[in-house]
Amino acid sequence: MTAKNFSTEIRRATLRCLHSQGSGHVGGSLSVADALAVLYTHHMDVDPQNPKRPQRDMLVLSKGHAGPAWYATLALKGFFPMDWLDTLNKIGTKLPSHANLTLTPGVDMTAGSLGQGLSCACGLALGLKAQGDTSHFVYVITGDGELQEGQNWEGAMFASHHKLDNVVVLVDNNKLQIDGETQNVCKMEDLEAKFRAFGFETTRVDGHDHQALHQAICNAKVRNGVPHCIVMDTVKGKGVSIYEQMGASNHSTTVNDEQYALALSELQ
Amino acid sequence: MELRKAYVAEMARLMKQNDKIFILDADLSGAGGTKTLYQQFPERCVQCGIAEANMTCIAAGLSASGFVPFIHSFAPFSTRRVYDQIAVSISYSEQNVKIVGFDPGIETTYNGGTHMCFEDFALMRALPNFVVMDIVDDVQLTKALPHIAQHQGSVYFRMVRKQNKQFFGEDYNFQWGKADKICSGSDVTIVATGTTVFDAKVAVEKLAQVGISAELLAIHTVKPLDEQAILQSAQKTGIVVTVENHSVHGGLYSAVCELLSAKHPTLCGAIAVHDQISQVGSLNDLKIAYHLTADDIASKAQQLVQAKRG
Repeated sequence: MTAKNFSTEIRRATLRCLHSQGSGHVGGSLSVADALAVLYTHHMDVDPQNPKRPQRDMLVLSKGHAGPAWYATLALKGFFPMDWLDTLNKIGTKLPSHANLTLTPGVDMTAGSLGQGLSCACGLALGLKAQGDTSHFVYVITGDGELQEGQNWEGAMFASHHKLDNVVVLVDNNKLQIDGETQNVCKMEDLEAKFRAFGFETTRVDGHDHQALHQAICNAKVRNGVPHCIVMDTVKGKGVSIYEQMGASNHSTTVNDEQYALALSELQ
Repeated sequence: MELRKAYVAEMARLMKQNDKIFILDADLSGAGGTKTLYQQFPERCVQCGIAEANMTCIAAGLSASGFVPFIHSFAPFSTRRVYDQIAVSISYSEQNVKIVGFDPGIETTYNGGTHMCFEDFALMRALPNFVVMDIVDDVQLTKALPHIAQHQGSVYFRMVRKQNKQFFGEDYNFQWGKADKICSGSDVTIVATGTTVFDAKVAVEKLAQVGISAELLAIHTVKPLDEQAILQSAQKTGIVVTVENHSVHGGLYSAVCELLSAKHPTLCGAIAVHDQISQVGSLNDLKIAYHLTADDIASKAQQLVQAKRG
């Protein structure tokens, strides 16, 4: 399956997952679907039959509330049955709203309390190096609003100082957060410049352009002693008109029968 | 021997045996003593800078990769400053991280106030997947560390870096999770943890002089508590006094009262910090200020014994 088709499948399965609960983190799940499609089509060296295999690429979805999009991706890749998607947030589920590494096959790190993912990824990246694994990477997807959490910059400083060139940060730069536009809530200026100031090599791409994203990730996988950051310009709620038009309030919203049917009709 | 020297010596031995052990510091490798390990194990010692939250999550990531990280800072910064990082990335994520809290409570003396943590037991006891310990001396530390390293789960332990008085003899038999009965008695049980055992032992002698026979249990593991040892002693004496360098809220007193109220309701007094803010001072002055002296322990025990005798 091409990444393009795969991203449509991810969005459909994401909405199936959210619809099973009737609501959830719609906007940020849809904005990150293309990044997940490109990563899992072209880059992630993982084995659905052996998700904890030591020699593997790892993903930290630091914006853990996009768990449903990750679950959709992992189910489609065969890490677990598709019908698990209908168990979101039900008592005893393996698919909690925010990703948890102890529960879900293919989830490499817990996230949800924003700002911790890059630091955890640094630990995973040190672990890869300590095991002598020079062929695998740790990908971290952060939100843009999430970068208001100061710990991200502790992690960035550390990754650079310790030459963690096996870390690739992807910023889902959808420019919205719960209380509104990031630039109005607490503006972060030029994200690329910020990461560069912390010692990263950076690039900026259309986060819904699969070819551009694929190329950017290929470029980021050059082992040159520095960590890499890709700022992905995205649209929160991407792919479903009602959610795109909702703006910041699509962060956590309903997926009722009518909305679900409309979304599926658009996601062909 | 200073605890930090004993710590480094034993960690060096363990790191030779177990290539999964990592050391992480947040700019206190010199103060905490781990600096010497950086020459010996450069690949497994990681300086994180003054960024405790980052260090805590890096440890979680290393643990998720199968390593056994030990992270270090002053007790307030290795616990309360990074509590959410510990709660989410370590406890909730069921990771295997060993957290060291230097110079807990009044032991931080002249760095008191900001660096004085009376809450670490309370915070760490509340988290699942954590063992919570309070180390007395170099002998206990050296014998506890192999167990801490081997334990499949996270451990928080506090220790006073420069504490160099020996409490236990070289023949000390450290048992994981078990209280140490220092002396037997019949009138009152004194349950003390960490460096308070020194004063608790003095209090036992003072009580003997006034005809009160005190039993002393030294508790190195506040969670899980050695329930059997405490219940057996409480059943025998009928009066318990807990002693801790910690707030009365959520620490040893709370743990012991939780146990006794459920299984053997017993009169229980607390030598602890009673809802007071922290401050600077010498160790002796701080003991007096917070009523943590041997005399305080003895008089609390005596008061409860006399009340019971009527």
